[in-house]
Amino acid sequence: MYRYDDFDRQLVLERTEQFREQVKRRLSGDITEDQFRPLRLMNGVYLQLHAYMLRVAVPYGTLRADQLRQLGYIARRYDKGYGHFTTRQNIQYNWPKLDEIPDALLDLAKVEMHAIQTSGNCIRNTTTDQYAGAAADEIEDPRPYCELIRQWSTFHPEFTYLPRKFKIAVTGSPNDRAAVKVHDIGLRMHQNDAGEVGFEVIVGGGLGRTPFVGKTVRDFIGKNDLFSYLEAILRVYNRFGRRDNKYKARIKILVHEIGVEEMQRLVEEEWAQIKGGSLRVDDAEIAHYIEQFAPPAFETLSDDDSEFERRKAENREFSNWVRSNVIAHKQPGYAIANVSLKPIGGIPGDATDTQMELVADLSEQYSFGDVRVTHEQNLVLPHVKKADLFSLWAELKNANLATANLGYVTDIISCPGLDYCALATARSIPLSQRISERFSDLDRQHDIGELKIKISGCINACGHHHVGHIGILGLDKRGKEFYQITLGGDASENAEIGKIAGAGFSEAEVVDAIESLVTKYLGIRETGERFIDTYRRVGMDPFKEVLYGDR
Amino acid sequence: MAIVKNDSVIDQEWITLDAEADLPPGEENIIVPLARFKEERETLIGRNGGLGVQLNPGDAPEDLANDLDRLSIITVHFPAYTDGRGYSYARVLRERLGFKGELRAIGDVLRDQILYMHRCGFDAYELKNDDDVSLTKVRAALKEMTVYYQPTGDGRVTAASLRERRRAALKSAS
Amino acid sequence: MSLQVVTANRLDDGLVVFLTADGGWSENIDQSRIADGKEAGDALLAEASVPELDTVIVGPYLIEVEQQDDGLVPTKYREVLRTKGPSVRQDLGYQAG
Repeated sequence: MYRYDDFDRQLVLERTEQFREQVKRRLSGDITEDQFRPLRLMNGVYLQLHAYMLRVAVPYGTLRADQLRQLGYIARRYDKGYGHFTTRQNIQYNWPKLDEIPDALLDLAKVEMHAIQTSGNCIRNTTTDQYAGAAADEIEDPRPYCELIRQWSTFHPEFTYLPRKFKIAVTGSPNDRAAVKVHDIGLRMHQNDAGEVGFEVIVGGGLGRTPFVGKTVRDFIGKNDLFSYLEAILRVYNRFGRRDNKYKARIKILVHEIGVEEMQRLVEEEWAQIKGGSLRVDDAEIAHYIEQFAPPAFETLSDDDSEFERRKAENREFSNWVRSNVIAHKQPGYAIANVSLKPIGGIPGDATDTQMELVADLSEQYSFGDVRVTHEQNLVLPHVKKADLFSLWAELKNANLATANLGYVTDIISCPGLDYCALATARSIPLSQRISERFSDLDRQHDIGELKIKISGCINACGHHHVGHIGILGLDKRGKEFYQITLGGDASENAEIGKIAGAGFSEAEVVDAIESLVTKYLGIRETGERFIDTYRRVGMDPFKEVLYGDR
Repeated sequence: MAIVKNDSVIDQEWITLDAEADLPPGEENIIVPLARFKEERETLIGRNGGLGVQLNPGDAPEDLANDLDRLSIITVHFPAYTDGRGYSYARVLRERLGFKGELRAIGDVLRDQILYMHRCGFDAYELKNDDDVSLTKVRAALKEMTVYYQPTGDGRVTAASLRERRRAALKSAS
Repeated sequence: MSLQVVTANRLDDGLVVFLTADGGWSENIDQSRIADGKEAGDALLAEASVPELDTVIVGPYLIEVEQQDDGLVPTKYREVLRTKGPSVRQDLGYQAG
């Protein structure tokens, strides 16, 4: 894993000191709230419904044990004993005090972490596949490039006041777990005809009030040229992106309005001017970063572990967990273990200080001190020996962290919604809790199979409802919460924006509505079909009928 | 109002004209908006007295490519500090077109953006504060950070190149 | 007829506060100064929006309230949540007591 050197460390410390001064200037009245707001946002400090919120960056979703332990400490010391993992693989604290935030940032800096650019109209935390460096289906570990993007984008002097926020995601696997097609820039690693590995560049995807699936502006960009190419896209966006209307300021609107060909022309024209310049990264430097993410010291093992097989055969609960939460590893004898932060009836993505500390300990014991945060708001121990899975599971279970529901109907993405968020129009957490309780029966969940429900509490779509197989959008209708259902969304390599099924449902009706959709699917599915497959085969009408009948 | 350049407060020696204003008859130094420069180019470059151009958001700095030698100053207007287009204009002017004259940030120029402006190639800042406060602010802003990841035209050494030097030194030492 | 009070977040800790009768800020909505009607509401908000308060509170705005048996209750659910705390964590916020 990447370790800061003295330059990185110095930069974060200087930034922490700078923010401490800015807070001091704010509290003393030297700068107004209007002047302070963008400064605090650039440091991840929001003002939410009840209090300030601090969003801490987890670069490309990768954490070391000491970092996760420190996140637990911060939850206890500066907050109310918990944190919330987000769809950007970050963590949010809901109750920090402004005058204590500089100290919290200093404590983060001690473990090489920060809250830089977790808000504001700048380049946000780059996200990637949570299984990077472990997944069996991976072409190459994307994290060295993510780290290079992190550095290139941190305090980029030209791109700190963009028309709007800017999100980049990278996948190193053909099975896209990073939702790259719904990002401002999505990078998909693949091999070209010459056998070199590089990136397909997808631009202009995004959710929010005007969702789009991104479009390819370049089939292949070599690794050395990636950064000048990114700079070219950002410069085109900074110069030509709309600034007259906040809701039309994302790059997706620019791409939509001028067309992908014109976008391509502008980017290529800009790139031609800078591609030979100082942003070209040579092979030696790339190799240096690849080395930083070298695989841990795996043991040479057989892929079959008889003890593991015996435990599975003996213990149904364990084998259920393995079936849903354990994923194939590229190294024989190892597996990827997903730690669900979606206990039945719980708050999606929330973890207590002691849970964070426990997972940190377990990662040291079983996973080379490596932990990942997923955009679906769970944690991952990426490198666990199959022989250790049973003991790991038993310890997770004691801490209510072994819910066997990964990818199932109760593994719901939910934004904080009106319970915390100043922008929300409706609550989303209580709804996810009630759906989770309705489908709590594990056998039934396994029978239903993969079904991604995603809930947003307002049109900004932080809960990714547009790309949920079933998406739910909470709105306010004359002072009452009501919920609109979309169907057929997909965040994977087959990305699709879901379609609105029809009129919204009241808070009382919506869980029944979801259940009727699931029942319909179970009734008409063909062998091996997931919900999304059935939807694609039969279309909206049969589902619409169960929701609305003749209405 | 004060203009800070090269670690000191400088006098305002330029008259900024809008699209309509009459050209002063003498040898005054004038700055005109890009649109007016394009329309009245011949007259403007034929005059005695210094000439500068003001870029507003939406302008193309490339339009000045062939005239940069004639301009002593280019001002870039930030109508609001949140409008970051001027940063790109500065880099294009300095790094691509090779503009060597004064590049002055005007409009909503605040302390916390000055370092970014400097990194993009600005060398003068017009602040709304008085002389002393402005100078103090610019000085503080320019030394707030000492580590830079991006190679830009201001020539500050990047972390990547310092690392490379260090690796090379280690290699030759071993 | 509509009753209104002014709410904001306190600058240093960010918590929800209400403008009180003596010009201070309280965490308890029941200590709010109440304005009756649009004119009185505008005056109250103007009082809360003076620059001197920029170092005390952030983002003052008017909310509509109703006088109920157990005190003042905002008419909008969003504001009810602000007076209590997250509905999903009854152990947190003002509702926790």
